Amino acid sequence: MIFPTDALAQEAGTALSLGVAILIGTGFGFVLERSGFGRAQVLVAQFYGTDMRVYRTMFTAVVTAGLGTTLLAALGLLDLRAVTINYPTYLWPMVVGGLVVGAGFVVSGYCPGTSVVAAASGKLDGLLTVVGVVFGTLAYAELQPALGEFHDSGKLGSTFLYDLLGVPPLALAVAVAVVAVLTFKGAGKIEAMVARAQARRDAPASP
Amino acid sequence: MERNPNKFWNPYLAGVALGLVLLSAYLLTGKGLGASGASFRLGVAAIQAVAPGHVESVPLMAGATEDGPPLRYWLVFQTIGVVLGGFLGAWTSGRLRGETLRGPTTAPSTRWVNALLGGGLMGVGAQMARGCASGQALSGGALFSAGAWVFFLCFFAGGYALAYLVRRQWA
Repeated sequence: MIFPTDALAQEAGTALSLGVAILIGTGFGFVLERSGFGRAQVLVAQFYGTDMRVYRTMFTAVVTAGLGTTLLAALGLLDLRAVTINYPTYLWPMVVGGLVVGAGFVVSGYCPGTSVVAAASGKLDGLLTVVGVVFGTLAYAELQPALGEFHDSGKLGSTFLYDLLGVPPLALAVAVAVVAVLTFKGAGKIEAMVARAQARRDAPASP
Repeated sequence: MERNPNKFWNPYLAGVALGLVLLSAYLLTGKGLGASGASFRLGVAAIQAVAPGHVESVPLMAGATEDGPPLRYWLVFQTIGVVLGGFLGAWTSGRLRGETLRGPTTAPSTRWVNALLGGGLMGVGAQMARGCASGQALSGGALFSAGAWVFFLCFFAGGYALAYLVRRQWA
């Protein structure tokens, strides 16, 4: 059997594929909640250097799924192209979009996915972030025709880091895993530095 | 089950769990995880109910109705699952509680305004970049898409650039 399964990988949802989507989403929501990502303070701590949990969890997830897909593809069990076709590159909208989403993240305290988890656990600020995201996506759709070529600018199609570097996908996944472990050590050093700076600032106030 | 509301999974084990959920999504459905796409579909469905002609006249909205009703879409159902899973996780860990998360001296209304504004920004950015932190950075990133890694870097850059200005909502 070669993944992804044809029966489930269709754009127009069948009852079966939509049921599977609910199951996958349930796992996604549960893991995000248990990771602490339903709580805004845990998420934004990343950007104040006090707790780099977001970076650790996200990068570990990228490494886990990256090793999994490239290994299964190398073994002939996964048709990598059938999956990667869904992730084309449009360079300029992705540069600007990334900056804007990052800015919105520290203002709201959530990302679009984690705000759903926060709303489901009773957080009113999470629910209002969800409402904001709905209005934001609609606003961009209204604006997009007026932006001319921007939405499709920097179109590189299916461009992947292993193609750019000319290495096998599995080799890149292993290299990224090594880099991840090294940067996790660096993240710990940054946290320790921030904690020391905070202790110095608080010291004169305490007896 | 753990009942301490301040205890979370170890970040690395949580990352492995998240990676396995993502891997199963690729294997079973050929697509990753996402969120902002479902929000867009919800908005398009609402507009379609009151002004179907307007949906037809906006290209991105019309695109969301090409294959039938805008809500009959994998990401919408995945997000129904995220609500269920998030609720289950919060309920079983003692974190299910009606409240507004904010700093000790911050008014709830400040957070409400910021949540709407920040959410609005993310909606704009995610629609532009064809995905958010889940749909682009995580799902595209794990496939080593060049654009997803550019998005990932810019996402962190945007967050660090603005973090200092909005720090007071947590004080």
